[in-house]
Amino acid sequence: MEIITSILAGVLFATAIYNLLQKQLIRIIIGTALISHGAHILILTMGRLKAGQPPILIEGISNYTDPLPQALILTSIVISFGVTSLLLVLAYRASQENNTDNMEELRGNENE
Amino acid sequence: MLFAVLIPLLIACFIPALSKLKTKIHTGIFVFFVPFFIFIYFASFIGTDFSPVMEQYNWIPSLGINFDLYLDGLSLLFVLLISGIGALVVFYSIYYLDKSEQLGNFYVFLLMFMSAMLGVVLSDNIFVLYTFWELTSISSFLLIGYWHFKERSRYGALKSMLITVFGGLSMLGGFILLYVITGTTSIQEMIQQADIILSSNYLPLILGFILLGAFTKSAQFPFHIWLPDAMEAPTPVSAYLHSATMVKAGLFLVARFSPIFATYEWFFIVVSVIGIITLCWGSYMSVRQTDLKAILAFSTISQLGMIMAMLGFGTPIAIFAAVFHILNHATFKGSLFMVAGIVDHETGTRDIRKLGGLATLMPITATLAIFGTFSMAGVPLPFLNGFYSKEMFFDATLGLGSGGWSQVIPYLAVIGSIFTFVYSMYFFFGTFTGKKQLDQLPKKPHEAPIGMLISPIILVAGVILIGLFPNMVNAPFLQHAATAVNNAVEYNKISFWHGFIPPLFMSLAVVGIGTVLFITRKKWQAVYNFLPGKTSFNHIYNGIISKLDTFSKRITNFYMTGSLKTYMSLILSTVLIISVVYMFLTDGFAFSTNQLAEPSFIEIAVVAVMIIAAIATIYMNHNVAAILVLGVVGFGVAILFVIYRAPDIALTQLVIETVTVALFLLCFYHLPKMRKSTDSLKTKTVNAIISIAFGALITIVAISANSSRWFDSISDYFVENSHKLGGGDNIVNVILVDFRGLDTLFEISVLGIAALAVVGLIKMKKNKEAE
Repeated sequence: MEIITSILAGVLFATAIYNLLQKQLIRIIIGTALISHGAHILILTMGRLKAGQPPILIEGISNYTDPLPQALILTSIVISFGVTSLLLVLAYRASQENNTDNMEELRGNENE
Repeated sequence: MLFAVLIPLLIACFIPALSKLKTKIHTGIFVFFVPFFIFIYFASFIGTDFSPVMEQYNWIPSLGINFDLYLDGLSLLFVLLISGIGALVVFYSIYYLDKSEQLGNFYVFLLMFMSAMLGVVLSDNIFVLYTFWELTSISSFLLIGYWHFKERSRYGALKSMLITVFGGLSMLGGFILLYVITGTTSIQEMIQQADIILSSNYLPLILGFILLGAFTKSAQFPFHIWLPDAMEAPTPVSAYLHSATMVKAGLFLVARFSPIFATYEWFFIVVSVIGIITLCWGSYMSVRQTDLKAILAFSTISQLGMIMAMLGFGTPIAIFAAVFHILNHATFKGSLFMVAGIVDHETGTRDIRKLGGLATLMPITATLAIFGTFSMAGVPLPFLNGFYSKEMFFDATLGLGSGGWSQVIPYLAVIGSIFTFVYSMYFFFGTFTGKKQLDQLPKKPHEAPIGMLISPIILVAGVILIGLFPNMVNAPFLQHAATAVNNAVEYNKISFWHGFIPPLFMSLAVVGIGTVLFITRKKWQAVYNFLPGKTSFNHIYNGIISKLDTFSKRITNFYMTGSLKTYMSLILSTVLIISVVYMFLTDGFAFSTNQLAEPSFIEIAVVAVMIIAAIATIYMNHNVAAILVLGVVGFGVAILFVIYRAPDIALTQLVIETVTVALFLLCFYHLPKMRKSTDSLKTKTVNAIISIAFGALITIVAISANSSRWFDSISDYFVENSHKLGGGDNIVNVILVDFRGLDTLFEISVLGIAALAVVGLIKMKKNKEAE
C-alpha cells in the first residue's frame, strides 16, 4: 500500500507542478493546494501505514501507528491553509489592481 | 620605523581640519614637513657600515600576520626615494595647485599613498605587504581621479584600478601559496627556505602569480596601458606616483623576491624578456606621442622595462645597474615631469605641436629640461647620471654569455636606447627650440615662479652631482641595496671612462643613429603612424571591457526574463537533475516489499478517484468545476487519513478542506473566469515533461526511502510517556501542545500573520479608493 500512496503523492506533485507552470493565477493557487496535499500524503506514508491502532491510549493495546508524522501533518495542514487563504486574497487583489490574472503580463516596471 | 610608516596616515586625519585654513596658508605647507622629516630620519641610516634592521610588532599573531618592518639596503633606497621625492613633490604642488582646488582631498590621498608606499617597501610580512600594496592602488586611483569632473580622469582611474588590482589579487594568490609551502609569512625566512620553494611543484604558479602582480604595477608589457591614461592626474601626482615611486613597487617586489627565484631558469627568461620587450615597445611608442606627459609616460614604461630586464639578468653587475638606475630614473624623470607641469602651467597646453621656442622665454626651465632629457637619453657626458647606468646596462647585456638567443638582447637594448634617445631629444628640442607659436598658446608664456622651480632644481642637482661624483652614492648606499638583492657585489667603483670597450661603442651607436633618426624624424612620421595601428593594447582592453559588459548583459537577459514560469521551470529542472544525478551516482534507489501494509479495495478506489480528480484539475476550464475537483482531492486525503488511523488530522483536514472550498468559491466569484490554456503544444509538452518527471522523482524517492529504514522511530518514547509525562491519552495532541509545543506556538503565529495580512490587503484597497 505504501507504494500505491507513493504513486499517489507523485501524481499529486506532477499535477500540482503542471498547474504551477500555467499562466493564470488561479491555476497556480490550485497547484499550491495540490502540492500540499501531496506532501501530507508523503509524510503519512513515510510514517508507515496501518502499523497499529490509532494513537489514542487505550488500556491493553500496545501497538499504535506512529503519532509523530500525524502531529507534523496537523501543523502543516494549518500552515498551508494560512498560506492558501493569503494567496487567494492576494490573487484577488492583484487581479483587481492590474486587471489581469495572467502571470506573463505581470512584469513590473521598466525602471525598477 | 613604525612611526615613519604610520605618521603620514595619522597626519592625514588632521588634513581636512587644516585645509579649512587654506585661504591663509596653503595646506601643502603643513604636509611638507611629514616626508621631509621621514627623509631626514632615514637618511641617518646611510653609511658604509649600514646593516639591516628588523622591527617587530604584533598585529594578528594567531594568523602569523605581524607588523614586521625590515630595513635593508634595498628598502633604504626606496624609502629615501619615497620620502625625498615626496617632500619635493609636496613643495612643488604648493605652487602648482591653486588654493581654489580641493586641497584637503589632494593631500589626504597623497599622504595615504605615502604611508602605503613606505609600508610596501618596509614590510617583511607578505600579508602586510599585500595590504599596503592594495592601499597604493586605492590611493593612486583616488589621485588619478582627482579632477573627477573630467571624463578622461575617471576613465584613467578606473583603468589603472582594474589592472593593478587584478595584478594585486594574483600576487595575493602567489603569497598564499608561498605561505602554504614554507609555513612562514616572513620574507626573510622565506629567503632562507628558498630550497623548499624551488623544489615545490607550485613553483611556476607562484612565480607567475607574483610576477603578474609586479608587471601590472610596474606597467610592464602588455599591462603598460594604464600608465599613459594615468597622466590625467595632476602633474605632481604623475611625477611622484607614476615616475618615481608606485610604478617602482613592481621592481621592488621582483628585487625583493629575486634571492628566492634567482636560480630558477624561468625567472630569468620571463623577467628579462618582458623587460626588454617593454623597453623597446615603450620607447618606440613614446616617439609617436605629441603630449608632453604621454611622452614621459611611455618613457617611464620603457625605463621600467630596462630596470626589470636587468633584475631578470640577475648578474651582479646587472643588479647593481638596476639599483643605480632606479635612483637615477627617479631623479631625472621626477624633474622632467615637473618641467612638463611648469610648461603646462605657464603656457596652458602640453601639446608639443603647439609648443616651441620656449628656451628664451623660460631659460631656467629649459636648462633643467636639457639636463633631464640628456640624462634620460644616456648621452655620454660625465655630469649626467643616466649615462652611467645606461652603460652598465649595455655591459650587463653583453655579460649574459654566448648561449643561443640571449645574444639578441644587446641588439634589442641598443634599439630600445636609440628610440629613448630620439624621444628625449624630441621632448627637449620640440618644446624649447624652434619656431615660437605664441598665437597658438592659451596663455602668454613666462618663467615659472621660483617656488615651482626649486623642486626640479634640486632633482637636477642630484642628476649632476651623481653624474660628477658617482662613487659618492656607491659605497654608503647603492652597495647595500645591491647586496640585499644579490649577495655578490663586485662593482666597487663607478667610473666614467672604461677605455674603448663594447658598451662605449654601443653608447656611441645609440647617439649616432639616434641623432640621424631625430633629424630625419619627419620622414619617418608615416611609419610611426602606421606601425602600432590596430594592435594597440588599448583596443584590446576597451574591447574586453565592453565585451564583458555585453556578454554579462546577454547572460543575465537570457535567464532573467521576468517570467515566473521560466524561473519555476529552471528551479524545478535544477532540483530534478541534481536529485536524479545524485541518486544515480550513489546508487540511491532501493526497493523492498517488507512490512508493507495490505492494500484494500476501498483504499485503491479512493486513491484512484483522487488521481483522476488531480488530473482533472488541469483540464477544468470552469471556476466552480475546478474548485469541486480540487475539493474531491482534499476530501480524498481526509478519507485516507481516516483509513490510516489518524483521527485528528482527518478531522482537521475535513474542516480545513471545507473552509478552503468555501473560500475558493468566495474568491472565484470575484476572480476572472478560467480560460482554456493558450499555450503552444511545445510549451505544454515541456511543462508536462517537467511535471511528470518531478512526480516520478517524488515517487521513486518515496519508495526508496520507505524501503531503506536504518533505525527505529523515536515514537515509542511518545507512546510510553504521553500519559506519564504529558497527562493525556491522545498522543498526537500531547505531542502538539506538550512535547513539541513550540511548533504549535509558531503555527498559531503563522495563522495570525496570515489573518492580519488578509485584513491588510482588503483594508489597503479601501484606503486607495479613498485617495
